[in-house]
Amino acid sequence: MKEIVILSGKGGTGKTSVVGSLAVLVKNKVLVDCDVDAADLHLLLNPETKEDNEFWSGQTAVIDENKCIQCGLCQDICRFHAIKNYKVDPLSCEGCGFCSHICKVEAITMQDNLSGYWFVSDTKYGPLVHARLNIAEENSGKLVAEVRKQARQIAEKQNSDYIISDGPPGIGCPVISSLSGARIALLVTEPTLSGIHDLERVISVCRHFGIPAMVCINKYDINLDNSHQIENFCQKQGVYVIARIPFDTVVTEAIVHGMPVVEYSPESKVTGELQNMWVNVLDFIT
Amino acid sequence: MIISVASGKGGTGKTLVATSLALSLKDGHKVMVQDCDVEEPNDHIILKPVITDREPVFNLVPRVDEEKCTYCGTCARVCAFNAIAVINEHVLVFPQMCHGCGACSYLCPEKVITEIPKEIGVVERGEADGISFVQGVLTIGEAMAPPVIRKVKEYSNNDYTIIRDVSPGTSCPVVESIKGSDFCLLVTEPTPFGLNDLILAVETVKELGIPCGIVINRAGVGDSKVADYCVKEGIPLLLNIPLSTDIASLYSRGIPLVEGMPQWRDSFIKLEKQIKEIVSERNSNPQR
Ligand code: SF4
Ligand code: SF4
Repeated sequence: MKEIVILSGKGGTGKTSVVGSLAVLVKNKVLVDCDVDAADLHLLLNPETKEDNEFWSGQTAVIDENKCIQCGLCQDICRFHAIKNYKVDPLSCEGCGFCSHICKVEAITMQDNLSGYWFVSDTKYGPLVHARLNIAEENSGKLVAEVRKQARQIAEKQNSDYIISDGPPGIGCPVISSLSGARIALLVTEPTLSGIHDLERVISVCRHFGIPAMVCINKYDINLDNSHQIENFCQKQGVYVIARIPFDTVVTEAIVHGMPVVEYSPESKVTGELQNMWVNVLDFIT
Repeated sequence: MIISVASGKGGTGKTLVATSLALSLKDGHKVMVQDCDVEEPNDHIILKPVITDREPVFNLVPRVDEEKCTYCGTCARVCAFNAIAVINEHVLVFPQMCHGCGACSYLCPEKVITEIPKEIGVVERGEADGISFVQGVLTIGEAMAPPVIRKVKEYSNNDYTIIRDVSPGTSCPVVESIKGSDFCLLVTEPTPFGLNDLILAVETVKELGIPCGIVINRAGVGDSKVADYCVKEGIPLLLNIPLSTDIASLYSRGIPLVEGMPQWRDSFIKLEKQIKEIVSERNSNPQR
């Protein structure tokens, strides 16, 4: 079983549209949405939720005002300035528990956080594991690890060949969490200067963690100079550019209709290029 | 006044809005841009600042003097992040997982843990054509963005109108960035993805008690559900930027919108006025 994670660094480059299309093109796989704080993949796949699980992770300090003698020690030692006037601001508390260990009168307890939910759903393309991080929660990295673990278990049980994973934007904690142990990262970029800048950073992250990367240039014809620049850069880095998807409004139309673009517009050039892309990925990983 | 520019969904045009607002306001105001999207900072591509100052951001991680360590295991027990482990006669530290809370060193009964600074990013400062510019850059391979964001925010100064670019999403880096601002502009696009993520972003700013308003970028591309949502929720829709190949082309080349199409300047000046009105009305009416 091979896990392919789709990343982009910069958001909004078309990552989820690519993953939605792979849901149609790839046979015998499990889908997983690792963009847990702004999950969108379900909007294309029309899932029917089978399992709905709470995700408890991390803690928040709570001060019992009846026990508190207002010595102020906790306020002094909290590095996250989460305690003011002997009250904890849950949005600032990182849950380290330092205060609870040093409080002389044991007035501080640590309470578990309900950080979000994860779901196992059926789609007509196969099982989908997805999640919803609660608003303003930490621990997105841990929730990513959880959905990936669930996806792997399903894949093993069903003897799936692939796990296709829609990754989060950026390069921080949830991205690192979605990369570890993946077979390959497919990076979706666009030919804008910020697209190029962010691609460079996400390629470095893949290299840092030893995950081979391939690049798909989306809307490659909106700025051909920039697309060439991406190709040159990738060549120097030894990263294959495996797809050049033209700009076409059918991509947005498909989103509005809640369908993967390869299904919404099977005859379009976009679909043709996505099919080629998958052939190229297969070449690389088999 | 601090105006955060956030988006829920990535790639909706946050950078376009933040930089256009800054460039439109700079003649009448002292403007500071703070790029808190430290994983992928992009404002510099449009604003092209001259960076004059670089300050590394450190996280304090434990170092154990194993000569004196008795392997009692206290540090491993108190660490809430599994960043330090005692296995047989060894102490292992995982710096990437350490939040730098200081619990282990403080609570070590033998006092053999010291904290050493580990660089996790850098804050760069400079000037871009009269705009004071600050950005955070997270080091490749580092997981923890909030300390870098906090460092950027330290440069906030009441003399300035501060425009703060926030990373996409709704999790801890977003909250850290938005916290303390007077207003949050949410940039979205009129598609089901845009709407889905906008609803999450609105919940996040509400949780923080910060007033917000909406900018629809690429108006005309999808459907009208985002506009309907704004009406239903009573959230002011402050600006529509149409889908336009001219705008997209300027952006792709890193040319500021208000330079390539100066007619947009007035729209952004008006946008700031509207924001100011909302903020001052709210300040005089704090229970709302
Ligand atoms: S648990 Fe840690 S972050 Fe939270 S209030 Fe206590 S010392 Fe501060
Ligand atoms: S400083 Fe805090 S987070 Fe870091 S290893 Fe020590 S107890 Fe764990």
